[in-house]
Amino acid sequence: MTDEEAENISRVEELAYEIKISEVMNASTITLTPDMHMSEVVEIFRKNRISGAPVLSSTGNLVGILSMEDLIRCLIDSDLKASINKYMTTKLITVLNTDPLVEALKKFVATNYGRLLVVDKEQKLAGIITKGDINRGLLSALEYDFQTEEVKKYRASHLFDDIESNRTSLILRYQIKQGDFTHGGQASSNIKRALIRLGASKQIARRCGIAVYEAEMNLIIHTTEGGAMRVEIETNQITIDAYDSGPGIKDVQLALKAGFSTANESVREMGFGAGMGLINISRCVDQMKLDSVYGKGTRLKMRLFLDHDHSNSGLEIDSEERN
Amino acid sequence: MNNLAQIIQDLDLNLLTEQKDFSDIQIPAGYTSDLLSCVIAGAPSQGVWVTIQAHLNIIAVAALLELNAIIITEGALPDDATIAKANEEGISLFNTKRNSFWVVGKLWELGINAE
Repeated sequence: MTDEEAENISRVEELAYEIKISEVMNASTITLTPDMHMSEVVEIFRKNRISGAPVLSSTGNLVGILSMEDLIRCLIDSDLKASINKYMTTKLITVLNTDPLVEALKKFVATNYGRLLVVDKEQKLAGIITKGDINRGLLSALEYDFQTEEVKKYRASHLFDDIESNRTSLILRYQIKQGDFTHGGQASSNIKRALIRLGASKQIARRCGIAVYEAEMNLIIHTTEGGAMRVEIETNQITIDAYDSGPGIKDVQLALKAGFSTANESVREMGFGAGMGLINISRCVDQMKLDSVYGKGTRLKMRLFLDHDHSNSGLEIDSEERN
Repeated sequence: MNNLAQIIQDLDLNLLTEQKDFSDIQIPAGYTSDLLSCVIAGAPSQGVWVTIQAHLNIIAVAALLELNAIIITEGALPDDATIAKANEEGISLFNTKRNSFWVVGKLWELGINAE
């Protein structure tokens, strides 16, 4: 494998390296013995709906494999009375049961065979693997990945139903470091995932994700010491609180204007500082309140209503500055 | 609607993230801007985003909006962390020597329009 190929490994390919042949092979294989008649093979193949089987000696050693093709050769010769010995293939293509699936895949590609014999360390037959077994193995592994997420989603979505109180809420808190662009968007991504797991609609998760992202980036870009995000999820509303301890906004009304930004050159080069952050937030939430004291800090409160009564209520922006 | 395989071929894009069955990925619409807040406001879900920005935060934005692909223009090259993050989020990253205007023009010719 070249370096370039190694870089392009998808999840399925990853699984081909993770899953062992023994996990997907068929271990309860029907086996033949060399002295059986070919006529018996016809019956065994038909009854078990198989098109090939390994041949084991009386001591249990793997000595050959008999496939449909061998049987056809025998039928053409009208030689059904012959023993398996005469028609079986003795050139054996085997894979180790402890090898990853990818080893079997390579041999399938190289040989064009429909099935491979699986052996253990002592070269004893452990089972048989077909291309179908590999597909099934990969599919169930992918399904497992999917189900694990579904289970998490199911458990979380029942959280609010299972707990009785006059007012239940789930509070998520995130510390955001100043200048930490490497983790920029992590809080919003986590919150978005949490909302989906809790059963929120994609629309709500997206709106909330955008609002949190912009608030999160504001804490990273504009604060002196970073800040914190507090997201309170209730069955009827989501309340997001982003606050920091400085430097505060000089002119709150100006900060709320589209296109106004105080971001420095290096931050602008990264595409931030469009002066659209608070505007984006206002598009995504039902209520927002920006409260800032220059020299002290800023608090941005946002609220999304989840019940439909509020969906057309229009945005209420409320802002304050105290000097 | 166009699939991503067609776009990669016609625009001769250089794939930076892992190989996928791109013929299975449909691109409904596109967007271009280098200002992240504008992208957040305007980029269509499942769409393609054309930008010269190549730093890690473009992935956070694309993940937030559930974009399928980002085309980085004028030969800008993201670092390994950005590529790794894109793989993790399932977003396909491409780059090209061409500029954004050329790329968008080509996309439009292919029938990828603004939302």
